[in-house]
Amino acid sequence: MNFLGQTWVGVWLLGLGRIAVMARDAIASCLTFKASKRDLFYQIYFIGIKSQAVVLVTGAFTGMVLTAQTYFQFHKVKMDTATLGVVAVAMCDELGPVLTALMVAGRVGAAIAAEIGTMRVTEQIDALRTLATHPIDYLVVPRLLASMVALPLLTIESIALGIGAGYLVGSQLLGIDPPYLYYNMLKYTADIDVVFGLVKSFVYGGIIALVGCYKGLSCGMGAEGVGRATTEAVVYASIAILITNFFLTLFLERLYVLMS
Amino acid sequence: MIEVRQLTKSFGSQLILAGVDLRIDSGESAVIIGRSGGGKSVLLKHLIGLLQPEGGEVLVDGDPITHMNERQLLRVRRKFGMVFQGAALFDSMTVAENVAFGLRRHEHLTEADVAKRVAAALEMVDLPGTEKKKPAELSGGMRKRVGLARAIVYEPRIVLYDEPTTGLDPIVSDSIDHLIIRVRDQLQVTSVVVTHDMRSARRVGNHVFLLHHKKIYAHGPPEELFASQDAVVRQFIDGVADAKETEL
Repeated sequence: MNFLGQTWVGVWLLGLGRIAVMARDAIASCLTFKASKRDLFYQIYFIGIKSQAVVLVTGAFTGMVLTAQTYFQFHKVKMDTATLGVVAVAMCDELGPVLTALMVAGRVGAAIAAEIGTMRVTEQIDALRTLATHPIDYLVVPRLLASMVALPLLTIESIALGIGAGYLVGSQLLGIDPPYLYYNMLKYTADIDVVFGLVKSFVYGGIIALVGCYKGLSCGMGAEGVGRATTEAVVYASIAILITNFFLTLFLERLYVLMS
Repeated sequence: MIEVRQLTKSFGSQLILAGVDLRIDSGESAVIIGRSGGGKSVLLKHLIGLLQPEGGEVLVDGDPITHMNERQLLRVRRKFGMVFQGAALFDSMTVAENVAFGLRRHEHLTEADVAKRVAAALEMVDLPGTEKKKPAELSGGMRKRVGLARAIVYEPRIVLYDEPTTGLDPIVSDSIDHLIIRVRDQLQVTSVVVTHDMRSARRVGNHVFLLHHKKIYAHGPPEELFASQDAVVRQFIDGVADAKETEL
């Protein structure tokens, strides 16, 4: 057992178990309304409003390049007008939620880990505890809730902007007939595609906040510890999002088939 | 009343405390002295449940706290205030927000009452009018005073001080000592001070514990301990290095 604990598999499993325990405590704390509304609104502002620029640029340029690439291939088989349908489905199901989550993981996950990590090495977390305040209630819950609220909203923005930018590129730059472009986009995109995207972004919001908080709360001492925690928060959250995306896609598709 | 029985703690393979016993009565002003890195701060953190021991027990008012979970400990910690070595102020908040933190979270007061209590606490630590400053704008001594104001604002029964005068000049150290005595006398609190500043220990304590070789080696009233002829006690009080350490 000790041998397993020292291998990377053991360390990884231990980390996963600790994040699961933290998630359980955070959910229990959410249910008893221990978090302050003021902290929650500040975190929604920090995660939602302050991430606008990065999310809007990501959404717009992803939609634009996807439209161009799809058009280049579809043009060969005279399916130009179906271009925006493909872009819309891809943006709703995959690219919108995943790319938004990856960008937010880079910005917000790193900030969460750095802030909490610095609090840990300067004994501010211990100070919180001596002031009879649980770090889960004060630090984890507001960030977790804010991230799970803000990320779906950011994802909707990203999807809308990606499709809008794709429409402009298709109609104004590539010369696709606008009414057909729009009609096919509506025809091939279903409500469930948007729902899938929102469910995914909700889950990714939780992953970003939990990994960031866990890395901050367990960071090593000194500047090196904080630096490492920050890097690991971004890398692990990004990997977790990509892996989760695959399994979540299969699960949601299967669930949809079973329910319909 | 705080009682520590056979407390043992290690970090990895390094044993820090090996069977520490001590008892601090209500209203007492206890000082724990010992060499740097000797485990004084580790012992102090056990008194408030910030660290969990490998063995032994800590009792606060007769309740064993060593097996309590974090949520149960929160209730016990309301009896305590703690001043950290580096002050540990929340750097994203102003002085007033730092001092008001415990009040806002645990007491249902109006903002006007919170402001009044904060101003009174800052007045007590001789820092009136600093409410709007950020911790980064304060000197080391001022930060410790704000830390003390934050620790006493909700009127705890026990105040723990972790190296309150370390890193401060003798004049500021003297003012911090006076502050500790003032808080003890005015608020009638039990004080536990960890220090290796002998002048401070002599002045603020009415019971001194010497932590040596991972255990409480000697304890007693300051006048008794400081007059001791025991070689280990004298070496620490007089600040005499071993021959081996002198070579270093």
